[in-house]
This record gives sequence, structure tokens and C-alpha cells, in this order.
Amino acid sequence: MYGLFLRHFYLITRSFPRILDLIYWPSIQITLWGFISNFFASHTTYYNNAVGVILTCAILYDFLFRTSIGFNMLFLEEIWSRNFTNLFIAPMKISEILISLIFTALVRALIGLIPAVLLTSPLFGISILELGIYLFFLFLSLYIFGITLGILVSAGLLRFGPSFENIAWSTMFLLAPFGCIYYPIEILPDIFQKIAYMLPLVYIFEEARNILINNTVDISNLIQAYMLNMFYIIISITLFFYSFNKARDKGTLINIGE
Amino acid sequence: MKTLVEVQNLKKNYGDKQAVKSISFKINENEILGLLGPNGSGKTTTIGMMLGLLKPTSGEILVEGDKIEENRIKILQKINFISPYIELPKKLTVKQNLIVFGKLYKIKNLNDRIDYLTSKLRLSDILNRITGELSSGQKNRASLAKSLINNPKVLLLDEPTASLDPEIGDFIRSFLEDYKKEKKISILLASHNMNEVTRLCKSILMMKDGIIVDSGSPANLIEKHGRKNLEEVFLKLSRSPNEHN
Repeated sequence: MYGLFLRHFYLITRSFPRILDLIYWPSIQITLWGFISNFFASHTTYYNNAVGVILTCAILYDFLFRTSIGFNMLFLEEIWSRNFTNLFIAPMKISEILISLIFTALVRALIGLIPAVLLTSPLFGISILELGIYLFFLFLSLYIFGITLGILVSAGLLRFGPSFENIAWSTMFLLAPFGCIYYPIEILPDIFQKIAYMLPLVYIFEEARNILINNTVDISNLIQAYMLNMFYIIISITLFFYSFNKARDKGTLINIGE
Repeated sequence: MKTLVEVQNLKKNYGDKQAVKSISFKINENEILGLLGPNGSGKTTTIGMMLGLLKPTSGEILVEGDKIEENRIKILQKINFISPYIELPKKLTVKQNLIVFGKLYKIKNLNDRIDYLTSKLRLSDILNRITGELSSGQKNRASLAKSLINNPKVLLLDEPTASLDPEIGDFIRSFLEDYKKEKKISILLASHNMNEVTRLCKSILMMKDGIIVDSGSPANLIEKHGRKNLEEVFLKLSRSPNEHN
């Protein structure tokens, strides 16, 4: 028994990402649900006129989640199947690899999204299509941010190898409290608000709620979200290329597949 | 004889550790060059640099006169690799895998190429089977088909017959001999199977601690070191102190 305990203890203590993983999940869950509970306790009438707001935001967040995780999964699949080296010795530019993964992640996310959207109407009498043409812009913005996170995590996998895998699963949950998915930004403490305003998610979810609850459109929220998206995607692509070069220097591209 | 690959003063450092210490060699057209050495001698690092997976600390690798660091994509069109440490995606059928890699290498007349390789490598019966469900020998032949999908001029083989039964191992060796003769390709063979190296290679490089400690034909090396076979030469060189350090 002690031997089996040691086997896992050595594994945990040898990897900082694993330790972080153990600390991180309870902290994130408590933070997220703490803010949600706090909001509902003090704003009981907020959602009275828009029953579908929570469900709509949940679908939007799930699309973001699926896009980001979908991108990471494509990368992780190659590592798990030990096909990683085959991919990187094929005559493909790094930009071509990125573009093909970005497109495939979209297809994966849509496969998950379409049944969810279709189910909400017969089950709950709610249609996300009530967001109108702006739904497209909200989805596009979420897609860009999901891809950005996916590229950032893949850059980490390239740079640090499979031990970075746990981070791949947890990025979305880290951002969830700051994304203000189910509550307005005002519910966050000031310091968290400052962080939240640096993310496009706040503007996207604020705008979704604004359209559904107030029946108005604040185009500046969408513009702000797209500007932040452009900033972060440029950083993530730059980091991916940097990580690829570092991986070539440090030998991760060979070791990651073994 | 035309030189296809030229490695010049190649070095690779990982921090303070020198994995490869200024090695130079050539691989000619229609030649199988053996790369021998104990584990950790720098073979995989050398192959990694030849595939563009690793950035050399210094030195050059030229394939048909093009430097790999400047023409990575162009060179990867002409080169391929097989190793027991990398596999084809397990959930795809053999045929799907060959189609995927054929598309990645932008192969024209892909169906003809797949038909040719599957008949040569006895894959026809398992073409529609899931790769992950195949035996080691079948997976190995499927991987070999993938490594030849682009009709490479240079093939890098890392332990191509490791963990195979003698019959399949012999089939792979015969196939490689025939294929090299037919296509006049260059092959770099890293192997710990001395009988295999003696049979396939006209010339051998012996690596130890990141340097080439000896080279020559199997017969010359056996005679030079006064041993009965290549395995004894390998053991002698592996166990002797490195004079070059």
C-alpha cells in the first residue's frame, strides 16, 4: 500500500503543474460559485424579464469552452497517439498547422453547439436566436478568444511537453470567474474588475445580457471585445512560434512523442 | 557516386551538456549507412537535427545541396522517418492514415502510390483495419508504408525492426534492400541489431559520447579491431575509454 502511495506521491511532487492542478480546482469552483451566489442573493429580480438569459449565456460559454478545449484536444491527440513527430516532420509550415487546427476546432465546436441550440427550444421554450444578427458577432468573438486560449495552451505543450496537459484542461475554468458569464461585472471586487476588463469575455457576456434584458444594442461592447481579441490572438500566435523555436532548441519535439 | 546528404561539423548542446560534438559524414545515393552507438551516444539527436526537429548549435546539414535550417519544408518533402517510438494515429484505418499523410506530403496519384506500397509491404488485407488493433509487425509495415508515401530520396530509420519476430524482421530487411536498389535512395540506419547492420550496410559510423569514434565497412571494422563479428567491435568500442574526450 505504501509503495502504491509512493508511486503517486513521487508523480505529484515531481511536477509543479500537477500540484497546481490540485490547489487550483477547489479555489476556482469556490470563487466562481461564490460570486454567483452573492449576485443572486442581492439581485433577485435581475433576471425576471429574461428567463432565457442564464441558458443563453451557458450556451455561449459552452461554445467558448468547446472551441478552446477542442483546439487543445487536437494537439493532445497527436501526443497521446505518439504521432506528434510524424506531424512535425511533414512538410507543413507552422502557419499551415495552426490554420488547419483552427478550422478543425470550429467544426468540432459546431458539432457540439448545434444540437444544444436545437434542444433549448423544445425543452425550455427558449431560443438563443433571439439575439438576432448580433449572435453571429458574439459567437465569432468567442470563437476567436477560444482559439487564442487553445493556441496559448498548445504553445505551452510545445515548450514544456505533456506535463502542461493539466493546464490545458483548466484555462477555461480559471477565466470563468473573471468572464462575468452569469453576473454583471459590478459584483466582482475592484481588483478583479480591473482584471476582467482586460478580457473580451466581459464585453461579450455583458452585451448578450444587454440585448436579452434591455432589448438594446451597445456596439461599443462588441468593438471592445474584438480589439482585445485581436491583441490576444497576435500575442498567442507570436508565443506559439517562439515556443516552436524553443522546442527545437531544447529537444521537446523529439521527447514529446516518446 | 552522388552525395545526397552532407553533415558538416554538426554540434548540439543542451545547456552545458554536449550531445553531439562536431560530427561530419556523407550519405551517398543508393547507399545504406549504418549509425551505431550505445544509448545516449547522440544517434537520435543527430537524426532529430537531420529531420529539422532539433536546431543544431552549430554546423550544417545539406540535402542535395540545400541547408535544412534555411529550406526546412523543401527538404522535408524529400525525406522521411520511421521509429518504434512514433506511431500512426491508432483510431484510423491503415488506408485513412496513408491518405492523411499522402495529403500532408501533397502526393499526386495518391491511390496509385498507396496501391504500390500496400502490395509491396503485404498490407492489402489489412488496409481497412483500425491501426491500433494491428499486431506489432503489421503496425511496423504500415509505418514503413507511411515513411515511403512521399517517395523519399532520404530515409532515416531508427530501429526499424525492433520488437519484430525473425520472419517479419527478415521481410523488412529484404524489402529495404530491394527498395533501395529499385529507387536508389539513401538510407541512414540506426540499429542495435548487428546482424541487420552487417547485412544491409556497406558503411558504418560508430558513435560514442557525441562523436564518431570509428567508421568503415563492417568487414574492415571487424578486421581492424581483431574481432569475430560486428557485435564484438561494438562492445569493444562502447567499453573502451573515449580517446577523443
